[in-house]
Amino acid sequence: MLRFALTRALSLTLSLIVASLVIFAVIEVIPGDPAAFMLGLNAAPEAVEALRDDLGLNGSLVSRYLSWITGMMTGDFGVSYTYRVPVSDLVAQRLQVSLPLALYALILSTTIAIPVGLIAAAKRGSVTDYGIMGTTQLGIAVPNFWFAMLLVLVFAVNLRWFSAGGFPGWDAGVMAGLKALTLPAIALALPQASILARVMRSSLLETLHQDYIRTARAKGLSRRQATTRHALRNAMIPVLTIIGLQFSFLLAGAIIIENVFFLPGLGRLIFQGITQRDLVVVESLVMLLVFAVIVVTFLVDIAYAAVDPRLRRKA
Amino acid sequence: MKLPVQLILGAALTVLFIAAVLLSFLWTPHDVILLSISEKLQGPSAKYWLGTDHFGRDLLSMLMVGARTSIAVAIVAVGIGVIIGVPLGLTAAANRGGWLDELIMRGNDLIFAFPSLVIAILITAVFGPSATNAILAIGIFNIPVFARVSRGGALSIWTLDYILAARVAGKSATRISAEHILPNIANLLIVQGTIQFSLGILAEAGLSYVGLGAQPPTPSWGRMLADAQTMIYTTPRLAMLPGLAIIAMVLGLNLMGDGLRDLLDPRIRRAKA
Repeated sequence: MLRFALTRALSLTLSLIVASLVIFAVIEVIPGDPAAFMLGLNAAPEAVEALRDDLGLNGSLVSRYLSWITGMMTGDFGVSYTYRVPVSDLVAQRLQVSLPLALYALILSTTIAIPVGLIAAAKRGSVTDYGIMGTTQLGIAVPNFWFAMLLVLVFAVNLRWFSAGGFPGWDAGVMAGLKALTLPAIALALPQASILARVMRSSLLETLHQDYIRTARAKGLSRRQATTRHALRNAMIPVLTIIGLQFSFLLAGAIIIENVFFLPGLGRLIFQGITQRDLVVVESLVMLLVFAVIVVTFLVDIAYAAVDPRLRRKA
Repeated sequence: MKLPVQLILGAALTVLFIAAVLLSFLWTPHDVILLSISEKLQGPSAKYWLGTDHFGRDLLSMLMVGARTSIAVAIVAVGIGVIIGVPLGLTAAANRGGWLDELIMRGNDLIFAFPSLVIAILITAVFGPSATNAILAIGIFNIPVFARVSRGGALSIWTLDYILAARVAGKSATRISAEHILPNIANLLIVQGTIQFSLGILAEAGLSYVGLGAQPPTPSWGRMLADAQTMIYTTPRLAMLPGLAIIAMVLGLNLMGDGLRDLLDPRIRRAKA
């Protein structure tokens, strides 16, 4: 187990290094002079020179890369050119929206999808099963930002149960904050829940065909007992992988959904960074997103190997 | 053999959309470039079957031309994934367990850490938004998908007796991959291609919606939704129709993919029987 964890940690570190090199190359090397790029065509040469000094662009590529990376590791993400505040402050502020939103959506999708998938598998071939499969098929096909617009139209404009967008801040109370995140979380969760329910169903059906289930039935367990005691735990393995993978999709998906609901999260920060050509913000945020995805994948791998010894050998 | 119902339904929807796109090159009910402000925001009528948008453009024509962008982006993105990903996957399988296999698979994992939206953000931050960026962003993300599917499929075929026979006959690993492995994993690739095609349509819509994809005046379903958002209170129809078009197209492709998998994968057919 330790050997497995170590090799995985080594590959995690390598991935992070390569990812940071790619991001650095795209943002800082390809545009030629990032300072001139950020200020646009009409900038005075003195202003460009001042910004070059500010951003430390006069050093060599290697020293710039190293100072960026060591900065990121110590929590110094640079200073936003447009906001004139440290990017880490912006990130800390925006994470208060993005992280709860992603978790909210993940919890919604998991608590709905697992029982639904279970019911579909248990009642396989019935009208209920076909109904669930049809609904999930539709749920996968719906673009989540369009579903978000539909939710706004129905629940904010017509029924007036929720506001159409914006975020009051957690200072306004936890309930007010959660209420503002409810429609966005539902919109984010729909496609994820649909995928998860289908994986749950097929995984459980496959497990129920295994020999050990037949043995369990043969020794006198009812179908329900065999399912809950033996099949469910094994069927959860692929389901857990999908949940882990979905976290990264939720983070990325939240970028679009935040724009539908005008939520002040990381997604809006990135888009503001792009339109204002604030490369410092874009570079650090993309690195953070990729970091989150790589680390979550690593944790899922480790969690598996801890649960299922068979997987350790594959390292 | 009986064709699965979902295959027929899915193929019918897909053919319908592709026919509409092909037709749009020859004829659309109205010109999508021509603005006619005096006829803006009209409801469905004999002249404008689905009504007009805020510039007085015919919505049906916009949908037909918009489908071009979505389908073109998705097809080229799948093409990038297949052309680069499949040879990588076959090479990895031919060198299974070796350093080349390890290198390709770790490279795959790395690309997976960049969701297509993140790739699009990176490209757009430097080069500005365009449909080409959308193709690149979705296409790059498709590479590891196809590499993984072809490697997985190829690994099981490498263990078969007739591959051993081919090796004894002196064929190189490259020739075996091309002549014996590739034809046998074609069904896997077709199914995956259909799935990635539908994901590409969704991704393109999302990217264009947030302004990272196709730029005006090129009509695209995602852009139509973005334009419609401010008018959702007064004219919800403008937001509903492009959304329904996306859903129908994606649903059609997904049903077709599922149907093809049932048809082509004997393992599933047996399990269902």
